[in-house]
Amino acid sequence: MSTPLPPSCRGPAPIAANQPYRLPPPLFDARCLACWFSLGLVVLVAASFWSLDLQWAAFVSAEALGAMGRFVGEFFPPDFSAPFLRKVAWASAETLAMSALGTLIAVALGLALALPASRSHDGDRAPARVPTRLVLNALRSVPELVWAALLLISAGLGPFAGTLALALHTTGVLGRLFAEAIENAPPGPSTALRTQGLGGGRVFLYATLPQILPQLLSYSLYRWENNIRAAAVLGVVGAGGLGQMLAFHMGLFHMPKTATILIAMLILVALVDLASYVARRRMAS
Amino acid sequence: MSVARPALHDPAWLPRLFWGSAALVLLWPLLVLTEFRPWLLWAPESRGPTLNFLAAFVPPAHSGEFLLLVARETWRTVAIATAGIVLALIIAIPGALLTTRMLSVSALSGRMAALPFAVRQGLRLVLIVLRSVPELIWALVFVRVVGLGPTAGVLAIALTYGGMLGKVYGEILESGEGHAAVSLLRNGSGRLQAFFYGLLPQNAAELTSYTVYRWECAIRSSVVLGFVGAGGLGQQMDNSMKMFAGGEVATMLIVFVALVALADRVSAWLRRQLG
Repeated sequence: MSTPLPPSCRGPAPIAANQPYRLPPPLFDARCLACWFSLGLVVLVAASFWSLDLQWAAFVSAEALGAMGRFVGEFFPPDFSAPFLRKVAWASAETLAMSALGTLIAVALGLALALPASRSHDGDRAPARVPTRLVLNALRSVPELVWAALLLISAGLGPFAGTLALALHTTGVLGRLFAEAIENAPPGPSTALRTQGLGGGRVFLYATLPQILPQLLSYSLYRWENNIRAAAVLGVVGAGGLGQMLAFHMGLFHMPKTATILIAMLILVALVDLASYVARRRMAS
Repeated sequence: MSVARPALHDPAWLPRLFWGSAALVLLWPLLVLTEFRPWLLWAPESRGPTLNFLAAFVPPAHSGEFLLLVARETWRTVAIATAGIVLALIIAIPGALLTTRMLSVSALSGRMAALPFAVRQGLRLVLIVLRSVPELIWALVFVRVVGLGPTAGVLAIALTYGGMLGKVYGEILESGEGHAAVSLLRNGSGRLQAFFYGLLPQNAAELTSYTVYRWECAIRSSVVLGFVGAGGLGQQMDNSMKMFAGGEVATMLIVFVALVALADRVSAWLRRQLG
């Protein structure tokens, strides 16, 4: 050995000059992760199809196909009468309002919860961090629709329950994202202010918040986009907006009216997709 | 000697005042449209049932029979999601193969020919439409056609996620390095060969990782689909809520949160292994 090893090589054993020939790995060995993964996958899929009593017969038989055709045929022509269209437009506005207000509440609550859920600097003990994160996780892991169904009991039928449901779920999502944004903010400005003796609140307002504001805004807009889509269907449990109208008319077999509502939903979702696509293009360029 | 004194008031007070009041004016119709009356939550006629319902949460229902039922429904939820994703792949894989611009033979020499272009754009539109109908709506429709039960849930997930996976697979394939596939095509290999030897090897990890992520999402949404009668944990939860059985709802919420957390862990672990 002529040259000393660089310090980084001190850990593992040095590589032999002539590597011994090795056989290719056996196809199936107990430590092969991919094999176990594939095997587990096959078992999972087989068990899923086997345990669900799927009614394929309802699809392949001729009479079922005929029934389906009739069902689709009932949707036509959609009901485009002026008074009904006005009602649909009102419900769409309600859906938009639910999503906007729900997101707004969630931004405020999320920010309020993100502060205790984040460690503002390395020396910060952040005693409330773990419990607050637990709360945020619980809020987040229950979907909007389940929240809406739960809230119906106390808020009653209507858009209020839907708004609160969106707000609760989104608080969980945004709170966690905001907390991560706060923790990942560059520490320079806040350290500078803290070493001058400023308190936590002013350090946050003047150093951390200006840095993360664009990120907070983009997270909020992204969630709003998601929430419009969610608000459209949230109503099927009775929580207002287009969904409630859909569930109502579908329950009464008003198929032409159902078709109109479905079209309105699709237009709403498509518009949101388009707007977000355009906005993203704008921001990227 | 006059010293320039810093302004003692906020120099931007006028815009702040304007935008602040504009926001309040915009907020008002939102509050009206959503019937935002939080004090109703504390009105006696809603307070009583709510408190009763919440009081029933402790202790969560834990009789052996009920736990067995919950376990069975939880498995059905996972099974609906898995079966739905498998059926979605049947839509997504051909869809992605047919819409990828990389596998176009006519695009090798400049612009893509008119017919393949039309076919690709048309199929992409179909995938986007499939994706943009929420799975809950598909489920509502299918519950009408095939009746209550898991079939409607599986089909709803298959259609929505088929569109979603197909579109994203296409995007993943196109964002990768196309050199190998193009070389293969130029040297006379078929499109499937170019896919298997040129595109798949470099994109396999990303494709699998996205599929696993969507499987996790499907588990979440299969619970939600239960609320319109598509089987699984959601349907059971809906039944218990309608009967105001707080204990049962509490148990199922706990199981659901645990299930989502578990799926989250498994999927994160799998995706880390895939690199």
